[in-house]
Order: sequence, then structure tokens, then C-alpha cells
Amino acid sequence: MNVQTKPVAAVAATTSTAPAKPRVAPVIPRESRARAIAAQVLPPLLILAVLLTIWEFAGRQPGATLPAPSQVWTNSYDLIVNPFYDNGGLDKGLFWHLSASLTRVFMGFAIATVVGIGTGLLIGTSTFAMRGLDPIFQVLRTIPPLAWLPLSLAAFREAQPSAIFVIFITSVWPIIINTAVGVRNVPQDYRNVAAVIRLRGPSYFLKVVLPAAAPYIFTGLRIGIGLSWLAIIAAEMLIGGVGIGFFVWDAWNSSNLTDIIVALVYVGLVGFALDRAVALIGRLVTRGTMAN
Amino acid sequence: MPAFLDISRLTIAFPKSPVPVLSDVELQIEKGEFVAVIGHSGCGKSTMLNVVAGLLEPTLGGVVLDGREIAGPGPDRAVVFQNHSLLPWLTCYENIKLAVDQTLKSSMGRKERHEWILHNLGLVRMMHAKDKRPHEISGGMKQRIGIGRALAMKPKVLLMDEPFGALDALTRAHLQDQVMQIHNDLGMTTMMITHDVDEAVLLSDRIVMLTNGPNAHVGEILHVDLPRPRDRLALANDPRFVNARAAVLEFLHARHTNPALEAA
Repeated sequence: MNVQTKPVAAVAATTSTAPAKPRVAPVIPRESRARAIAAQVLPPLLILAVLLTIWEFAGRQPGATLPAPSQVWTNSYDLIVNPFYDNGGLDKGLFWHLSASLTRVFMGFAIATVVGIGTGLLIGTSTFAMRGLDPIFQVLRTIPPLAWLPLSLAAFREAQPSAIFVIFITSVWPIIINTAVGVRNVPQDYRNVAAVIRLRGPSYFLKVVLPAAAPYIFTGLRIGIGLSWLAIIAAEMLIGGVGIGFFVWDAWNSSNLTDIIVALVYVGLVGFALDRAVALIGRLVTRGTMAN
Repeated sequence: MPAFLDISRLTIAFPKSPVPVLSDVELQIEKGEFVAVIGHSGCGKSTMLNVVAGLLEPTLGGVVLDGREIAGPGPDRAVVFQNHSLLPWLTCYENIKLAVDQTLKSSMGRKERHEWILHNLGLVRMMHAKDKRPHEISGGMKQRIGIGRALAMKPKVLLMDEPFGALDALTRAHLQDQVMQIHNDLGMTTMMITHDVDEAVLLSDRIVMLTNGPNAHVGEILHVDLPRPRDRLALANDPRFVNARAAVLEFLHARHTNPALEAA
């Protein structure tokens, strides 16, 4: 009983002092909020300006092999300001090249998502499947994406499905492995609850395993989309046609170094956006699951 | 006439250890009885509860509930887990719904089940948080939902595994009062694992004291002869309460000292 008297006394003490000093909800001044945003935004802008200055300086040296930022701006002005032009053939704005590449990535990644989650669930639940498949996957996943391209060209005899296959085979491994880990790591607590209420089979899978594994699955998807974007650029350089990868290769062949730089900036920004988009979807879908 | 819940000659040994955790545990619980199992940590009291729950297979002996030997877990032995074990992606309502839909689908219609879920939320006074997710409510509230979920399964026996162990003293007292109230109203058969002497004396009809493990067994059973409803403030100085408390303390601290402290 003495256990209780102590906390009660403590509460009484705090309540007696409370009226003396009325609590006021803390008001965050507007200024400090603006300052907080500035503290986030200014450093990267500042560093970017410094880097561009150094680059500009280096690019203006006699004998410099790469163009300075100012040259990029003047030489590739059309490309920068108008991403939507289309003069037929390969002479298109960057938007069209990027959208062609993204279409391939989405198709390959969609197949990888379905196959990867499916296989991951199988490996996660069946010890036999894990023992049989895991060593094979561990070897296969180390094969660089481009090494698959000749084989897939031989198999499909066309550029488009080959590129999609390369995306698929690149991004499927992290999805499989993370899904399997997620399924294996369903907390014992949840398993116990399911056991007590006799939740079994497909409904156990849908109502407990899948939600519990969702954060892991999304980690796999996020790694997968990043790898896809890495692979598509390289694959398109080899297969040609419309696409940001081939655009870069084509610009190199016609010595348009400034076009390459513009394209690389776009590639980086799109890759960043893809990563953030998958992360955002993951946060929305798994809301609640992580926070415990 | 056999007991409602009959634990007989229960022995549990884990594969890697030569000495069993529990050996020859005998315990009979009558219908409507509230029994607390107390012992030092590591004596195997949670193991014992897990066997009754069906989550663990006994090495020897067995458990008979209402005339049927238990095999595997089931909703007739609902468990209130120590760490609440709510599914974090479901709201409080949905957590109870999952259990109710799963266990009472054949006996209740959809609307009836909905009413039943709300009834149980009301029973643990959690109506206000029915649409909140577990991470949005306090530890005590989570445990109340855990209790509500267990009760909603209409179990034959309610198993509580140190249900208030992770809560602060004030919240614990509050929840103990609520459990007492619910037990008064529903009269459910309850087996509670605890290491809190006051809690055991306040809540239970009998206190089962386990000796230290390994090879733990029932050392003594104390009848708590206090009239219900019980009031913690009135009981604090009641000689019957004080004596019962002293008896348990004597068992735990004089005759069966905490092995961890002895080693230190």
C-alpha cells in the first residue's frame, strides 16, 4: 500500500503549485518558423552556389575538357527551357525521353513487385522454399544488370521487352529478400494473438502477416526502384531508341557535352523523385505499423 | 466431480536443459474463481500460463478445462498478454473486432457482433478511444483494450500474464479496480500471473505460490478470505488483508528467497 501513497503525494504537490503560475500555451513566433525553414533550405543552396562557382572557374581555364555551367546554359538553352518539343524521330524534348524511360521502369518494376512479393511470401513461410531458393537468389542477385541484357536480347529479340526484363531482374531481388525477412520477423506477440483466436491460413496471412511485413516490403520496393533507375540508363545506352539513356549516349556521339549535363541533372532529379514517391506510398500504407 | 480447470502433474522441460522448469504442478480452479499465481521471476509462472493457453506443449501431465483436455490455443482460454499485443495497424475497435469476428461469427449476426464489440469497449471504459490506434493511447489504455479483447471472446477462463507489470503504480491500481469490478459483474474464471503481492491479495480468491525454478512446483496455496466487493483503501488496515499479505511475503522472501539476489 505504501507504493501508492508516494505518487499521490507527488501529484498533490504539483497541483498546489500550479495555480500560482498559470500555464500558457507556448506560442511559436512566426519568425522562428521562417528561420527553421531557412535553416533547412539555405545550406544546400549555398553549397550548390559554391560548387557551381568552382565548376565555372575550372571550366573557364584554357584547355578545360568539360564545359562550364554558363556554357551549359547558353548551348543547351532550348533543351532546358522546352522539354516538350517533338521534331519526330529521336529529336524530342527531355520530357519525352524521360517518359519513355519511366514507362519501361514502371513496367519492369510492376512485374518485379508482383513476382518479388509473391516469391518473398513463399520463402518467408516455407522453410523448404527458403533453403532451396535462397542460395540461388544470393548468387543471382550479384549479377550486374547489364550482364543480363545480351541474354534477354537473345530471348526476346526486341529492345523493349529486353529492357523491361533487365529492370525486372535488377529490382526483383531486394523485393524478394526484404519480403521474406518481413514475413519471418512477424513478432511472436502477433502470432500468439492469431493462435488464440484461431486465425489461420489465408486470413492469418492477410490480416496479420502482410500488414506486419509491410514496412519491410516497402524497404525492398524502395531499394528496387532505385536499382531500376540505375539499370535503365545503362540498358538504354545499349538498346537505343527513345529514352534518356540513349539520349545521353547520342549526345556523346555528337559531342553535345552540355546536353549530357542537362540530361544528367534530370536523371538525378527523377531518381530522387522516384525514391521519395515510393517512400511516401510506404508511409501512407504502413501508417501505424511502424509506430510501435 | 473434477474441477473446472484441472492442471495435473504438469511438467515442462525445455529441450536443452536437463532439469525441467516446472515439475508436477497440481492446481484445480473452480468456476468463477480468481486465482493468482505468484513467484520470483524465472520460476516458470508464465510458462505455466502458456501451457494452459495452449501456446506451449507440456512435457508431461496435462490440463483439462470443463471436462475436455486442452490441445493447442483457442478462444475458450483468452489471454491478456503482458505487453498488450494489440495489432498496431488496427484501431482499438478493429482489434476487438478481429477477435470477435473470428471467434463468434457462427453464433452472432453482424449487427449483434458490432453491439458486442461496443459493449466490451464500454466494459473496459474505452468507448472514447474506439477509433484510435494503439500508438495513440497510453499503456494503461492499451492493456484495457487487451482485456476487452479477451473478454469479448467469451472465454471459459481468462488468462492474464502479468497484465499490469509494465504500468506505473497509479495506472496499475486503477486497472486492478476495474478488473475487480468486471470480475464482480461477470464472475469469469480467471488465472492471473503476477509478481505483485498486493495485487495478488487484493484481486484473488486463492494465491498459488510457486517455489523457485528450476524444478518449480506449487509450494503453498493461500485462501484469501476477504469479502467482495473489496475496497483497496478500506482493506489497507484490515488485519485479514495484512495477514494474507504477510503470509505471501514470508513465503517469497523468507522461505524462497529470490535466486537472483542470493547469487549477487
